[in-house]
Amino acid sequence: MTTTAPEGSTGERDPAPATLADRETRAAQSAAIADERVAETGLVRKALTRPELGAAVAAAAILVFFLVMAPSFRTPAGIANVLDASSLLGIMAIAVALLMIGGEFDLSAGVQTASAALLATIVSYQLTLNVWAGVFISLGVTMLIGAMNGFLLARTGLPSFIVTLGTFFVLQGLNLAVTKLITGSVLATGVATLDGWESVRAVFASEIPFFGAHLKISVVWWLGLTALAAVLLTRTRFGNWIFAAGGAKIAARQVGVPVTRVKTLLYMGVSLCAWIVGTITMARSGSVQANLGIGLEFEYIIAAVIGGCLMTGGFGSVIGAALGALIFGMTKQGIPAAQWDNDWYKLFLGVMLLGATVLNTAVRRRATGVKE
Amino acid sequence: MSESTHRRHTSPELPPAGTTLVELSGIGKRYGNIIALRGVSTSVRAAEVTCVLGDNGAGKSTFIKIIAGAHVHSEGTMIVDGQERRFASPRDALDAGIATVYQDLAVVALMPIWRNFFLGSELRRGPLLDIKAMRAITRDALAKMGIDLRDVDQPVGTLSGGERQCVAIARAVHFGARVLILDEPTAALGVKQSGVVLRYIAAARGRGLGVVFITHNPHHAWLVGDRFVVLKRGLAMCDKEKSELTLDELVGLMSGGAELDALRHELAG
Repeated sequence: MTTTAPEGSTGERDPAPATLADRETRAAQSAAIADERVAETGLVRKALTRPELGAAVAAAAILVFFLVMAPSFRTPAGIANVLDASSLLGIMAIAVALLMIGGEFDLSAGVQTASAALLATIVSYQLTLNVWAGVFISLGVTMLIGAMNGFLLARTGLPSFIVTLGTFFVLQGLNLAVTKLITGSVLATGVATLDGWESVRAVFASEIPFFGAHLKISVVWWLGLTALAAVLLTRTRFGNWIFAAGGAKIAARQVGVPVTRVKTLLYMGVSLCAWIVGTITMARSGSVQANLGIGLEFEYIIAAVIGGCLMTGGFGSVIGAALGALIFGMTKQGIPAAQWDNDWYKLFLGVMLLGATVLNTAVRRRATGVKE
Repeated sequence: MSESTHRRHTSPELPPAGTTLVELSGIGKRYGNIIALRGVSTSVRAAEVTCVLGDNGAGKSTFIKIIAGAHVHSEGTMIVDGQERRFASPRDALDAGIATVYQDLAVVALMPIWRNFFLGSELRRGPLLDIKAMRAITRDALAKMGIDLRDVDQPVGTLSGGERQCVAIARAVHFGARVLILDEPTAALGVKQSGVVLRYIAAARGRGLGVVFITHNPHHAWLVGDRFVVLKRGLAMCDKEKSELTLDELVGLMSGGAELDALRHELAG
């Protein structure tokens, strides 16, 4: 009776010393086992917890390759060109990567850049407003598009691939039809004569000296936004929620993460970046083609995936996405600089995407499946 | 003696061992005209493990959902800390110190242990996460449950099933649970891993928590249980303390001794 009596049921607890010692021994044993395992897989695991590792290695290899093969790569002007080619893609890749880590896609990301630029241009010109007014109206509308994407996703429960494919076609149609309807052509222009144009250009399309060459300000936007987003993702509560929303939606809800709000905000983040890129595009030339951005959504996704983002969500890095964009920029500039046919570029993209996906899948299997 | 000191040190607000935390009498639940649970009475006490056993469909889930706040009972009374309660939501139950660890554990496999531990309740310094503190607290809380993970940065997915249970349990305890409901924590585990989880259940009890351990394995229940409730087709077949039972009786109640004899006869024939 005394041996089987439940501990504490009498209100007095006098644990036998043997039990305590026993527990301590067991704790020590389990500690020894745990330590052993950590020592064993420490290096591999450390590397695997850095999703951007693969992209960093690839970027370094491609840089060395083109430095050797393409002489113009070695000049400040060449570097400025590479960074410029990376920057617009890179800005979008940040938001697309965050969204992908949050478990969703946005196929409308590319055409949103056109929508933002067209809106700013057409509204400013048609109403003869200060360009800044057009730019901010465009900001509001573009953010609404993002909110709409998030809302539709939450309400319909459909895969984001379908929802944003719909948005993609809607916006593509609107961009072309409305531009034609209002301007009579597929080119929106005329902002360069309006008030505020010079200051809009200064903010979005100026150039800064760079070792005797000129560096476009978009590079500064890109690097700044990358740093901000990297902090957001890894050092804030919202970042934690992004990982959770993409990694295990139901589990995240159970512990109180507002998954729907997180995803909607991520879609709005894509819209914000699309607005920045659209405005930069407009500010550079003063005119916008209505078919701008079509097809680029895949480049954003590829940059994010090369940077270590899992297609299935819950894993990835902003720095990685920036490296992915840099790989794009280097290749885009490097292939003609090495005097090769530009068609090789697409082949290269496909190979990079496949390689990155295989690597990422292996990483995930490693992280989730080893002990099951 | 040393153990009670330890307990006071870790969770100052826990009541002394044996205090009744949750008292259920005549609890029942109907879904329309379907009676899922009827007339179940038992109690959950500090530093005790109440085991709820039963086959599939016996009413175990309904029973824990009532305590966990996911369902409201339609008959009987539930008294928590001396007050009659009807929980409107799991949040209500949590606020009363009743935490549930479900089978899926609510962990995100690819996220580091410490991020999982604090998910939804992150510590911050200004707008930024207080990563250093969260790492240290996670390591500490896990150590108190008897699991020593040198590196809390590894993804939860790299842990074994038992260790994941432990993280989920330690999380519930850290965030103020006094009553811990464990929904079939050993169901998907092998023998060795089950042993790991049972050890954590004993550790939680040792720290003064009242534990509700749902299982269909009487052998697991017997190892850690202080009180046993056996459910069958929505009715309580037994609500007894360990001293009033033997393992054989418990196994018999669980499997339905007569049915088992019939099966044995059938298979032998």
